[in-house]
Amino acid sequence: MPSLLQRRTVSRPDGSPPAEAVVHAEGLSKIYPDGTAAVDGLDLSVRGGEVLALLGPNGAGKSTTVGMLTTGVVPTAGRAWVAGIDVAGQPADARRNIGVVPQRNTLDRSLTVRENLVFHGRFFGMRTADARREADLRLEQVALTHVAGKPVDSLSGGMAQRLMIARAILHRPAVLFLDEPTTGLDPQSRLALHEIVRGLRAAGQTIMLITHDMQEADQLADRVAIIDHGHLLALDTPETLKRSVDADTVVAVAAETPPQRLAALLREHVPGLRDVHILEDSVLLIVHAGQAVFPAIAAAVAGAGADLRDVRVEEASLETVFIRLTGKELRD
Amino acid sequence: MSTTTAGPGPATTPVRPSAAATSRTVGALLARDLTVLRKQPSNFLARTVVQPLMLLFVLGYVTLKITPGHAVGAQASDEATTLLAGMLAMVVLFQGIFAVAMPLVQEFGYTREIDDRVLSPIPVGLVAFTKVVAGALQGLLAAVVVFPLAEFVPAARPDLHPHWAVLLTLGPIGALMCSSLGLFLGTALDPRSVTALFAIMLTPLLYLGCTLYPWSTLGPIRWVQVLSLANPLTYVSEGFRASVTPAHHLSLYVIYPALIGFTALLLWQGMRHFRRRVVA
Repeated sequence: MPSLLQRRTVSRPDGSPPAEAVVHAEGLSKIYPDGTAAVDGLDLSVRGGEVLALLGPNGAGKSTTVGMLTTGVVPTAGRAWVAGIDVAGQPADARRNIGVVPQRNTLDRSLTVRENLVFHGRFFGMRTADARREADLRLEQVALTHVAGKPVDSLSGGMAQRLMIARAILHRPAVLFLDEPTTGLDPQSRLALHEIVRGLRAAGQTIMLITHDMQEADQLADRVAIIDHGHLLALDTPETLKRSVDADTVVAVAAETPPQRLAALLREHVPGLRDVHILEDSVLLIVHAGQAVFPAIAAAVAGAGADLRDVRVEEASLETVFIRLTGKELRD
Repeated sequence: MSTTTAGPGPATTPVRPSAAATSRTVGALLARDLTVLRKQPSNFLARTVVQPLMLLFVLGYVTLKITPGHAVGAQASDEATTLLAGMLAMVVLFQGIFAVAMPLVQEFGYTREIDDRVLSPIPVGLVAFTKVVAGALQGLLAAVVVFPLAEFVPAARPDLHPHWAVLLTLGPIGALMCSSLGLFLGTALDPRSVTALFAIMLTPLLYLGCTLYPWSTLGPIRWVQVLSLANPLTYVSEGFRASVTPAHHLSLYVIYPALIGFTALLLWQGMRHFRRRVVA
């Protein structure tokens, strides 16, 4: 699918990254000493002010990619820049422009909520008075002023996550990395977090959102980069990505028979199939638009003596895009 | 960089750290460790006072009192003098273990609390070095806190002869050495081997580090005397012996280079391990 492939952004002749990119990676690769190629020749650009979602299943190379962009993992090949600074060449300089909300709670348990922010500001060279002012501002922004003096141990998961966001943006980084920010949160905390992300975007914050939740990517991101096995498979707006599937019709079929057998039946009897994907308990058909397939599906299943459980025309989602690109479901 | 922002958004130009900003970061990292210390004075006192108090009480008081025709006068005072230097060395070592090694084992093993400090805009090695300096400061503070114990707990007063120039140089170097040892152990060990740290490493380090006797008295057991030279704590004990007592001690021409050498080696290895723990 050429329409889904990213147009390669090439750095300028002097080796510096394109000016409009806040984050820019070229041929970025990480091969671990045991031979695992976690990331393999990744080209990626995040523009100023946009939210870019890095979407992929567990083990796709998302964390390694973020690790390389945030100086915690040294690339084995390729280069990456954040705010124009080479992350591998000048990691300390690059870190000044980076805010990170990691997957796990890394708050300083020996300090209070407010102290976590004040010290973070001071780590970034702020004077104590400035750091305190910024801390109070950010506490208000993430609705944690009422627990400012509490130890961080007393925070709920959602509150801790909000505090980590406040901490990550305190020094006004050029780009904020959110690594699976809603994993393990209850629905209400999740919504609150989405609101905060939208607010940051409205204020012009460039964000790289790492997630395996396609709904989250769809709702929050300006553009979505889909990666698997360390490769970039597609990079575009959610709408364009979905439209690329929409040219066809997506039909999900479930029957009282194993999906493998069902798929074989449908392949044999249903005309105009572009693609068949076997899912956990159903089969996904990508059909040429305008093809009447329902009678053929019903006949095929009945002919094999099985009961049809469900036939649904699905709206194209990022999940469908992912299945088309990789042949598998995102959560597997 | 031309990102457009409205209102209080992110920085729009890349910021490069200056030397002044780097020193502010280092200052903040130190301030963080001292704030934690200030917030939990009971932790600090427990790990600082109990061990030397027991040492002075048992070896400087109880054993002297129960010795038949128990030691009096000069002999008791000699014992107290010997223990004074050993106690100071022990206290400084304990800070290296409890203020540097143990928190690092925990933070690398479970909590990853150190990640935010590692993400600060200075070289990773400097974050490790700052941790060592904070540990050394706590070691010196601990030495000052327990000093009065040596005056009053033993059966007799120790013979005090402060050599200020030696004390003010060897004290900090010894504290840096112990703290560097803490960095090395804290980054080399994973949480499961912490018990091994105490059983296998700390105990011989402590008892064979010339804390309970001067190195020169080991003459009759030559092999122990030679082996003790490989124990970095020997030089801290003998260093304190040289700085605050009139007792026999290793030559300062040996103590200074040995302490500086051990510090450099442990710091180098510790920083290497630290980097390996945070950068893949």
